[in-house]
Amino acid sequence: MSRRFRIGLFALAGPGLTAVLLIGMHGLPAFGHLHAVTGLLIDRIEPHLRHATDIVTALNFDLRAYDTLGEEFILFASVTGVALLLRHLRNEDESRQDVRGIEEHRFGGASPSLRMTGLVLIPMMVALGAYVVLHGALTPGGGFQGGIVLAAGPLAILLAGRYLALRRVAPDWALESLESVGATAYTLIGVGGLIFAGVFMKNFLPLGTPGKLLSAGTMPLNSIAVGLEVTGAFLLTWTEFFDQALLVARR
Amino acid sequence: MTSFPFIVAAWLLLVGLWGVVSSRNLVRTVLSLTVVQSATYLVLLGVGYRTGGKAPIVADIPLGSRLVDPIVQVLVLTDVVIEATVLALLLALVVQAHKRFGSVDPAELRALRN
Amino acid sequence: MSHLSALPVVVPFLAGPLLVTIGTFAPRWIEDGLGLISALAVSALCLLLVVHASTQPYAYWLGGFRPRQGVAIGISLSIDPLGAGMAAFAAILVTAALAYSLRYFDAVKGLFHGLMLLFMAGMVGFCLTGDLFNLVVFFELMSAAAYALTAYRIEERAPIQGAINFAITNSVAGYAMFIAIGLLYARTGALNLAQIGAALDGHPADPLVVVSMVLLFAGFLTKAAVVPLHFWLADAHAVAPVPVCVLFSGVMVELGLYAVARLYWEVFAGPLAGHAGQLRAIFVAFGVLTALLGAWMCLVQRHIKRLLAFSTISHVGMFVCGIGLLSPKALAGVAVYIVGHGLTKGALFMCAGVLLHRFATIDEFDLHGLGREVPVVGVLFAAGALLLAAAPPLTLYLGKSMLEGASTEAGYGWLIAVFVLASAMTAGAMLRVTGRVFLGWGPAEGPDPRQARAAEKRVDETRGRRDHTPLVMVVVPAVLLVTAAAVGLVPGAVPAVEHQALRFVDHSAYARWVLGSGRHIIWPAIKPSHVEAVDVLFALLSVGGAVGLAALGLFGRPLREGLPPRIQRPARHALLTLRRLHSGEIGDYIAWWTAGTAVLGAACLLALT
Repeated sequence: MSRRFRIGLFALAGPGLTAVLLIGMHGLPAFGHLHAVTGLLIDRIEPHLRHATDIVTALNFDLRAYDTLGEEFILFASVTGVALLLRHLRNEDESRQDVRGIEEHRFGGASPSLRMTGLVLIPMMVALGAYVVLHGALTPGGGFQGGIVLAAGPLAILLAGRYLALRRVAPDWALESLESVGATAYTLIGVGGLIFAGVFMKNFLPLGTPGKLLSAGTMPLNSIAVGLEVTGAFLLTWTEFFDQALLVARR
Repeated sequence: MTSFPFIVAAWLLLVGLWGVVSSRNLVRTVLSLTVVQSATYLVLLGVGYRTGGKAPIVADIPLGSRLVDPIVQVLVLTDVVIEATVLALLLALVVQAHKRFGSVDPAELRALRN
Repeated sequence: MSHLSALPVVVPFLAGPLLVTIGTFAPRWIEDGLGLISALAVSALCLLLVVHASTQPYAYWLGGFRPRQGVAIGISLSIDPLGAGMAAFAAILVTAALAYSLRYFDAVKGLFHGLMLLFMAGMVGFCLTGDLFNLVVFFELMSAAAYALTAYRIEERAPIQGAINFAITNSVAGYAMFIAIGLLYARTGALNLAQIGAALDGHPADPLVVVSMVLLFAGFLTKAAVVPLHFWLADAHAVAPVPVCVLFSGVMVELGLYAVARLYWEVFAGPLAGHAGQLRAIFVAFGVLTALLGAWMCLVQRHIKRLLAFSTISHVGMFVCGIGLLSPKALAGVAVYIVGHGLTKGALFMCAGVLLHRFATIDEFDLHGLGREVPVVGVLFAAGALLLAAAPPLTLYLGKSMLEGASTEAGYGWLIAVFVLASAMTAGAMLRVTGRVFLGWGPAEGPDPRQARAAEKRVDETRGRRDHTPLVMVVVPAVLLVTAAAVGLVPGAVPAVEHQALRFVDHSAYARWVLGSGRHIIWPAIKPSHVEAVDVLFALLSVGGAVGLAALGLFGRPLREGLPPRIQRPARHALLTLRRLHSGEIGDYIAWWTAGTAVLGAACLLALT
């Protein structure tokens, strides 16, 4: 099919599809005037129901925890796919790598002050990430958001010019295990609901007082499980791509 | 213009699909998909807004005050994670394509000509 | 017993990460064993759910969040026999594929088994859920695992391209579905299927509802590979490993149709009840186009896996016609037909896998006569082809006859001609392959020298010839074929499916048993349909047509070349154009996707509002 035909086809079809979508969206309630029964009901009853002050996290890890379970495993499957694709590629080129030479050549210019700054940043980011993960049920944040911040911590090692040190701190097997532990833990918490409270994914720990760290039942645990998985998954993805860019000798 | 978010969403859908159709570089194709994703986020979040509503965090606001819809926020959160990870998988495929085919031009991928 | 409802999804979620972690250092038999045991466990659990739900379907509210004040705040699993049955079918095919891959792969890492289990989890979760957003989440899970599995053979070039085309097309389908969810949520404030349906009831269909339906259907019909959203399927099948192709053709594609049926009957049937006739026409149009185009492309393939893939597309066209007739009898026919087709197509792919495994090529002409070394596989292949042509009195035939009966009742009697033609063409292509490969009939070189050169450059899945085919690779497809033939003959099986189909299409009953307190609902009784004598005639026409087309393909070259140029040239030109459309380039595919969705949208907006 020639390029011209393809462009011509889209020149008709694209605006057509857009027009269909706009006609459909014309029937939407005016912006800002949503009257969604489910949302309103949850806003009203959730704080009493689960003693969580962050309603979005309560939805994520309790009311709609099954969606999050599926999402966790989409993350897991995709990252497994990335590892499958890129790791083999790297092993093929392993014989051509002169690793020491690469480090000298690529990173030799990083100054000591850059490295010091990186060293200072890492514990701050890890602390912030842990804070966001643990307070998921109380303040904006939760497992996913905190997990990304946690993953960005070790990434500062890369930015400080010490990529190989990052690989030593976070080798593939460790990240993969972290990811698996997170995903399995989330599922097991759901199974705990089945065993201790009769229904899969039911919150079975005491609810505590809203606003305290140990409240909202299993939500902090879910948050931690998700945080672990997201950290492992994203670090694994980033290091696989960086391996391709930085370690595999370009031909 | 109260329906502005939705018009922008439709525009992003068109532009993103155009990028996928006309691109000569697979990386640009994959990034055009992110543009289409943004259209979906806009529709979902635009639908959920309530005028004068606050974020659904009830730690320090009086109970019963007007909040924006929390469900669409959860939907978008899930959506973002799903689409980001699938995108990572696609980019890994593009890296492989570059290695195997020597090019990232979709027209140069000829292994599947009928 | 209903406590088990979530377990079919939990088991692979626990086993999958385990397999991925131990994959690098555990011995092969542990990985194989764990994978098989998980798949068997899930199959057993799903079958238990089918039995448990057959008297009274029920909703399982996750997290214990039952509806409050009539509003569903949690996610429900809606367990009814057709949904749980599809889940069981998916799990059984995964078990068969894992059994087949015991010997198919020489060396495989734990990643393969882990991804297969996650794929199964996605499919099973998809069938059991009753929540719209959850449906899309499990759709994405199924798809993500599928993309990774398609690209499994990373040493070769073609899988990369196939996986890219597959991933981009299905991702765009997913985006359309997310937009549709936004629109429906704004209108109804609900994500639970039953609640959305209840909220839309009683109001006429306005553009917003129609457009959300179009976007959702476009998304699921992309997965189901309906023309012109189908281009990704042949590419993905050509390059994915054979056990994975078994699952793609056998059940993944059919799940898209399951979702369309579920969405129509539980959500959109209320507002669209008055326009059923127009919707029927639109569905049938797309179905006929898909059936015929798939059949034609199937006939002209020489790559056996692509041939089987296009035959799947053709059968999907027939399924779409069936579902599009919007009647319980047609739905029952399609359900029986899907089971028979999935088992048979799986067995056919496995036979093709034996050829690939042994002779390191999957080209029909390169394999000319080589199949004489594996006659059993030849018998299986021919049997599969005949089953797909709906040879009486076996399962597929029963499903087909119900479909045909329903077509006549709905006033679409001419559809029967389409069904007969498409079945004959696809089965004819397969019988031709049987003749050429296993009996050495017909010429050994293809008509197009360019194609032959292209086939040589293609590197296939396994390298080097082998002289021994493991027993399990022949036993598993044989078992699948016997099951495909026999399952419809089990007394009471087909009437039970009809019964359940009647319950499935009951829109208001669904809302009651999902959202209500589970009071027992009185279901209407029906007289199960019987096989008519004229159906035997149609089936024999299909089989006869298949044999005739196969003979033409094998021995008819002088006949074809003897045709006057006035017929030959335009026919060849049309064929060439059609092949060029399937170019392997993602830009083309997305352009066609946009066009197809736009046409569907315009047609629905014009006809249904």
